[in-house]
Amino acid sequence: MKAKIYVTLKRGVLDPQGKAIRASLSHLGIDGVEDVRVGKFMEITLKEIGAEEARRLLDEACRRLLANTVIEEYRIEIGG
Amino acid sequence: MKTAVLVFPGSNCDHDAYHALKHVVGVDAEFVWHKSSSLEGFEAVVIPGGFTYGDYLRTGAMAKLSPVMGAVRRFAEGGGPVIGICNGFQILLEAGLLPGAMIVNDSLRFVCDFVHLRAVTDRTPFTRGIPEGTILKVPVAHYQGNYYADERTLSSLEERGQVVFRYCDPEGNVTRESNPNGSARNIAGICSEGGNVLGMMPHPERCAEEALGSADGRRLFDAMVAWLGERSA
Repeated sequence: MKAKIYVTLKRGVLDPQGKAIRASLSHLGIDGVEDVRVGKFMEITLKEIGAEEARRLLDEACRRLLANTVIEEYRIEIGG
Repeated sequence: MKTAVLVFPGSNCDHDAYHALKHVVGVDAEFVWHKSSSLEGFEAVVIPGGFTYGDYLRTGAMAKLSPVMGAVRRFAEGGGPVIGICNGFQILLEAGLLPGAMIVNDSLRFVCDFVHLRAVTDRTPFTRGIPEGTILKVPVAHYQGNYYADERTLSSLEERGQVVFRYCDPEGNVTRESNPNGSARNIAGICSEGGNVLGMMPHPERCAEEALGSADGRRLFDAMVAWLGERSA
């Protein structure tokens, strides 16, 4: 079973990279972009465990290592 | 009086810290590999700068899981003095021994320069005898030194006297221009509630001798030695 984890900066935490990317897009003439936020995407291959167990385990993984909840939030997608 | 200098894979200021302690200040210093789970016999701990584990995931995120960090936690809970410098500060934040987190510098550039620090409190073992308002010239070298904490945490740090250093200009004015990385409220260093755990982005170990452009960093280590001396007296 596969899982996807998205780690993004919390709203209100400055994202200098996102700001620089937004500026570069507008230099390219790609207008209409209001804001860019950069985050991390992790693809995880799980052992054969149930979806509920997988969610519990990945939630713990995010809280304890994969995300820093002072500045980041995370979203877990299971399956696929 | 024996001090520990922790060494993780990717530490690179460990020898500078060892040199400052042993050859400049003149106290006994020993390297402690991160696999060690004991700090028995040590009276102070330095977590030096570097790029532990290549800054994978986040700065300090891997190092916080090393066995030695459990020993650091117990050492800190027992009131022992701990100083985390640069990456060492990032490790202390990740380990939850200090509040807040580091994000990328607002300039998006690695900053490597001398900065000025305004001492805010003398309640830590490393700033004892350094009066509030003292200006120190100390170098920084980092890409992720932009200190972040939510407003409530920032106010609580100020109320509880946990802000130890702020970036300032050579005259001691805390200004936007003197902030090298965008840190909230110009914070360059903070301490634990008890005051014994200090984290700071600037490098006192790199400026402990006049030949290095400033000897101001030595004052922190001298303060630590005096504090330890008083404690054992």
